[in-house]
Amino acid sequence: MNSKRRKPFPIHIVVFLAPAVLIYTLFMIYPLIDSLRLGLYQAGEGGTEVFAGFTNYRTLLTSNIWAPTLWNAVKNNFIFFAVHMLVQNPIGLFLAALLSSRVVRGTAVYRTLIFTPTVLSVVLIGFIWRLILSPLWGISKDFLSFFGLGQFNQPWLGLESSALIVLSFISVWQYVGIPMLLFLAALIGIPDELIEAARVDGATGWNVFWRIKFPLILPTVGIVAVLTFVGNFNAFDLIYTTQGALAGPNFSTDIMGTFFFRTFFGFQLQPGNPIMGATIAGVMFLIILTGVLLYLFGWQRRLQRLEF
Amino acid sequence: MTASHYRPRKGLGHWGQVLGTHAALLIYTAFALFPVLLVVLNSFKSRRAIFRSPYALPNRETWDLIGYQKVLDGANFGLYFRNSLIVTVGALLIILLVSSMASHALAAYNFRGNTLMGLYLAIGIMIPIRLGTVSILRLTVALNLVDTLWALILVYVAQGIPLAVFILTQFMRQVPGDLKDAARIDGASEYRIYTLVLPLVRPALGTVAVFNMIPIWNDLWFPLVLASSEKSKTVILGAQVFLGQYVNDWNAVLASLTLAMIPIIALYIIFSRQLIRGLTSGAVK
Repeated sequence: MNSKRRKPFPIHIVVFLAPAVLIYTLFMIYPLIDSLRLGLYQAGEGGTEVFAGFTNYRTLLTSNIWAPTLWNAVKNNFIFFAVHMLVQNPIGLFLAALLSSRVVRGTAVYRTLIFTPTVLSVVLIGFIWRLILSPLWGISKDFLSFFGLGQFNQPWLGLESSALIVLSFISVWQYVGIPMLLFLAALIGIPDELIEAARVDGATGWNVFWRIKFPLILPTVGIVAVLTFVGNFNAFDLIYTTQGALAGPNFSTDIMGTFFFRTFFGFQLQPGNPIMGATIAGVMFLIILTGVLLYLFGWQRRLQRLEF
Repeated sequence: MTASHYRPRKGLGHWGQVLGTHAALLIYTAFALFPVLLVVLNSFKSRRAIFRSPYALPNRETWDLIGYQKVLDGANFGLYFRNSLIVTVGALLIILLVSSMASHALAAYNFRGNTLMGLYLAIGIMIPIRLGTVSILRLTVALNLVDTLWALILVYVAQGIPLAVFILTQFMRQVPGDLKDAARIDGASEYRIYTLVLPLVRPALGTVAVFNMIPIWNDLWFPLVLASSEKSKTVILGAQVFLGQYVNDWNAVLASLTLAMIPIIALYIIFSRQLIRGLTSGAVK
């Protein structure tokens, strides 16, 4: 049976691989490549598509019609991401630190309850917060008044200056469960001996956390960062649900996802433009790819070098 | 002195720490649940009571199901629910079947191009499928699948395969080779061996199912783009459209939000253990 001659490729391996590879290739890889290709074409006469090089990208990045909207969406998306990195992930880490501490019982209950908003649809979360923040209902006013800050209540989602930040916080509120669980898993995985040894040496809880635990969970910090990045630059539902396809007020909450949707799908009387849509998807692809590659070659490589 | 001799003394500082941790966790839990509970609570009240006393429990005076009445009259939530169920269950079953088959091939056989195939199937873990939407829309038009549940199922299967194959391959590699060789000696075919391996990775199959279930059920993007006709609407798209139309009818809005949350909260209650264990077991590392 173990002859050295090259055997024909075993048919059962093909049978096992074929269904997954076919569906995945047809509905994921082909559309991604075809979208990238489409961004390099322009509509010709009679419904044909002609190769146009980077013309669409140049239009998108520099023309008066497209460029301001694009840069606005890119800027807003980076703000959206920054709020997640600066607020969501530290809170996730803090909650994970509390949940992993051995001093209290019943942490499983807290963990399950805190994760609840994460499993709900963004559509529902968006509407729930629209109601909570609605001046008509006055919940946010009551809440602020409780802390003596009632006079600062504003219709935040309707103001250009605050809508994006408030939406970022809503998203943080919903998704904090994911970094929390990932950090928790990493913290639980740290061997007890390391912690006890440090305690015996007289280290305080604060020092144990930052000097011992945190360096050990750095790989998870990287994973959380890259997941946040990809998720944020792919976000759409929350803005669409609360502010509509036009990402109001006055495009102040427009991010890449809503810009992409509006462009290829059309809105109100504006017909969809698949080619420019594909071009925007191309830009999103490049942004996401850059983030993922930075993580893989910047963060992970560095960590591996540190380990050995 | 060994580390095991060390015991934290349960002095005042210890109890302070216990209390502080509980307080912080309790406050955050309240913050996480308050908006959801407020909506559910007020969905059972009359319009006046919603505004007059939003924080009170509904009582005999304020109890009112008018919102639910309007939702049941105004939208076809029974149909939407059926559509969501078909799409989610259909996609999950196909993901589990085709991914476990592919993972078995990657884990059990040392064929040429094994690593390359593994990498190819892993690309989709990091690149969101939404970026290909323009071409997916064209593809569904070409295949005559527009406004069908099949369009959604196939897209979700393609979206689910990369992570599923990644997780299942890791688990299937741990199945001892002796077991398979023993089966081969007994004359089992390679297909029979796959069916023998499958039950051994049941926990991993559960993890994959739970991971995929929630994003598929909750998705708005693909129902909006590929299947927005009345007959193919999912619960989330149906709720989104209904909420947009009834935005000023607070009873209807609160009732529809509550109704739309029930299925996923029920699923979460049933599967939260698996979900959290999956996420914390390092399956996604």
